[in-house]
Amino acid sequence: MAGAVVPAIRVQREDFDVAAEIAALTGGRADIGAVVTFSGLCRDEAGTLSALELEHYPGMAEAEIGRIAAEAVQRWPLQGLTVIHRHGKIVPGENIVLVVAASAHRQAAFEAANFLMDYLKSRAPFWKKEHRADSSEGGWVEAKEADDEAADRWKKSDE
Amino acid sequence: MRLIYFAWVRERIGKPEEDVELPAGIETVADLLRWLKSRGEEYENALQYPDVIRVAINQEHVGHREKIAGAREIALFPPMTGG
Repeated sequence: MAGAVVPAIRVQREDFDVAAEIAALTGGRADIGAVVTFSGLCRDEAGTLSALELEHYPGMAEAEIGRIAAEAVQRWPLQGLTVIHRHGKIVPGENIVLVVAASAHRQAAFEAANFLMDYLKSRAPFWKKEHRADSSEGGWVEAKEADDEAADRWKKSDE
Repeated sequence: MRLIYFAWVRERIGKPEEDVELPAGIETVADLLRWLKSRGEEYENALQYPDVIRVAINQEHVGHREKIAGAREIALFPPMTGG
């Protein structure tokens, strides 16, 4: 049913289960033809990183992801959308972020998931601090211009 | 008005939040940043390059020309690095 999709948004300390999140979107229905998931994981930067500390702005994090998700639902014919972003200390190999986009056809699901990630990176209020494997003090991860550019390419021509 | 700081802005200012009374004449986000920067070494250090500071009023992103009248909560933070 058009316009009826309410994105599920969670900002949480705990890990998530990708398969369970897909099942939650698709269970009990037969109209979904495509599910695209993106999982972002913490990597160890060739053994130099022992953990990432993710700081967030409680309240605004949920609200901003909600605004981005609402735009995705407006722009693509989605049948379901889930966005989960973790905070706190996360070690290499662990999940950080999940986007699950479901649609009748693959193109909308791929594009919506891609859009969501580009916007999350540059607009959702989260900040990563590195903990180094050699116990030296890690710094705050610097924002990349490429991430802003990635988000800008989704701007409509009238913006 | 409540000010909230995150990431290295919070670390450099040395506190996560504070309530402030703004002097007359502070109308925009840019005015607020300029005034804060004059409040001491830690603020000067955090806000040395005001252009890089991102701002949210009542939990929504705003530009530096935005008026701050009516704001309950203004957050200052570096560019975001989530996802």
